[in-house]
Amino acid sequence: MINYAFRRLLSTIPVMWIAVTACFFVLRLAPGGPFDGERPLPPVILQNLAAHYNLDKPLIQQYLYYVGDLLKGDLGPSFASEDFTVAQQIMIGLPYTFIIGTAAFLLAIVIGVAVGCLGALYQNKAPDYILGALILVGVVLPNFLIAPILQLVFGIHLQWLPVGGWGNGSLKYLVLPVVVLALPHAGRISRITRGSMIEVMGQNFIRTAKAKGIGPRLTVMRHALRPAMMPVVSYLGPAASYLLTGSLVVESVFGLPGIGRYFVNAALNRDYGMVLGTVIFYMVLIVFLNLLVDIAYAWLDPKVRNR
Amino acid sequence: MILNPAKRELLAAELLEAEGLSPVSRSLTRDALRRLCRNKAAVASIIVLTLLVLVAFIGPYLIPFGYEDPDWAAFRAPPSFADGHYFGTDPNGRDLLARVLYGTRVSLAVALTATLVSVVIGVLYGAISGYMGGRVDAVMMRFVDIMYAFPYILFVILLMVIFGRNVYLLFAAIGALEWLTMARIVRGQTLSLKQREFIEAARASGQKPLKIITRHIIPNLVGPVVIFAALTVPEIIATESFLSYLGFGVQEPLTSLGTLISEGTDAMESMPWLLVFPAGFLVALLLSLLFIGDGLRDAFDPRDR
Repeated sequence: MINYAFRRLLSTIPVMWIAVTACFFVLRLAPGGPFDGERPLPPVILQNLAAHYNLDKPLIQQYLYYVGDLLKGDLGPSFASEDFTVAQQIMIGLPYTFIIGTAAFLLAIVIGVAVGCLGALYQNKAPDYILGALILVGVVLPNFLIAPILQLVFGIHLQWLPVGGWGNGSLKYLVLPVVVLALPHAGRISRITRGSMIEVMGQNFIRTAKAKGIGPRLTVMRHALRPAMMPVVSYLGPAASYLLTGSLVVESVFGLPGIGRYFVNAALNRDYGMVLGTVIFYMVLIVFLNLLVDIAYAWLDPKVRNR
Repeated sequence: MILNPAKRELLAAELLEAEGLSPVSRSLTRDALRRLCRNKAAVASIIVLTLLVLVAFIGPYLIPFGYEDPDWAAFRAPPSFADGHYFGTDPNGRDLLARVLYGTRVSLAVALTATLVSVVIGVLYGAISGYMGGRVDAVMMRFVDIMYAFPYILFVILLMVIFGRNVYLLFAAIGALEWLTMARIVRGQTLSLKQREFIEAARASGQKPLKIITRHIIPNLVGPVVIFAALTVPEIIATESFLSYLGFGVQEPLTSLGTLISEGTDAMESMPWLLVFPAGFLVALLLSLLFIGDGLRDAFDPRDR
């Protein structure tokens, strides 16, 4: 098991390397430098700036500097806000994104698995169809559409929940963003759960369990759930990465001060340093989450481990 | 194009045989089409999609307003039949119907181009990997596994930020983002295809691997590729709207459904029509494409039902 985890960890190194290298060179290919303003700076100042940020060295040396800094956890300077480095800004935004993302992740799993199981157990009966239709709405409607609709209904007409903002993290403020973020994934997870649950319920060992007379609830809980969860677990890795991209929209719509919003703003303002730093941070995070999911999968299914 | 019907018949039979179908079950495709026609959701979706496409491409010629021309007599006009702005106008006085139709066209164009890109890359990559086998296959598929963990959308945003919001770049970037699953499916099919006698025959007759792949393997992959491409289209439309919504998609005065929804969201209380119509079009488009893709898959792969 540890052997597998270690091998899997090693395999993330090329991904990270490709990601960092691709980002770095794409950025250097960009037309215009970070200090090209509307009023051109005097050449001496430009030279000093370039020297300060190592921009006057050969490209390959800059690349090595950048990678070296990255290994030390330094994501470089932000070109737009002089007071904070990129790493500092990310650390400011991280807690918000982390709370929203984790809550949405858990909510999506709970709702998705519950709905999927219900759908499978009542296959082709009324509850299956009703839930299926609801889930379809969640999957098809993009989150940037669901968010304003929910804001309008629950925030403005019913006045139950605040329309946006953080509100010191009180639960009231978290409900809408978390629900919007979780909904599409709850939908996908429930579809996966339903499919694999139907398959598992048709197998011999379930018939045996039923024949023992332990009742439907125990049959599902004790025998069917674990094998039926395997495809769901393998979806969680991609889901984590979709959640991060979803958080770009959710944080913008609900005005939350997370990384996603910094990222979108930086991208719109062409703050290259910040964009690059955030993309690299996201990539490392996603690769790491995928690693966790893979290890969890191997732990659940010994067949994978010994491949 | 093979114009000789007798030869075409022969070739069709050969192709079917290549897929492991005995001549008796030759009507499998027809069976699948019949199953598709019996799927009410899929049929309705095909009708809706056809209507949407027709409206998006013919509609602009029938309405008197251009998508970028302001109507100085009507700013923020609500939908009305009297002045000809059936969907109302936006804060710049541009006819919303014209803009929605244009946006639908952009979304469809992005979807088609990007799907094409993803199909070309995915099929070639998968076929080569599967056919070569051995170490080449292991390395190529490992690369796909690795790329699965790569958050493309961020990379696309990075590209859009740096190289400006170029529509063609957007097409290519989204297409290059969706080929991984296609490559996996194609590789799996290729692995089983290459054991067949007709490939062996081609190899024995001294054909080069590349020719075997393009002449004998890829033509036999059409079924699964079409089905998966149909499922890719709505994903791409959703991705494009997502990027446009965040402001990284097509730029003014061009527009797309995502951009329109983003504008509509800002004014959804005072001018709800700006949100309702583009959202309606997007949802109709996504739903119909999804049902068609699902229907195709169910029709051609009855195991899954």
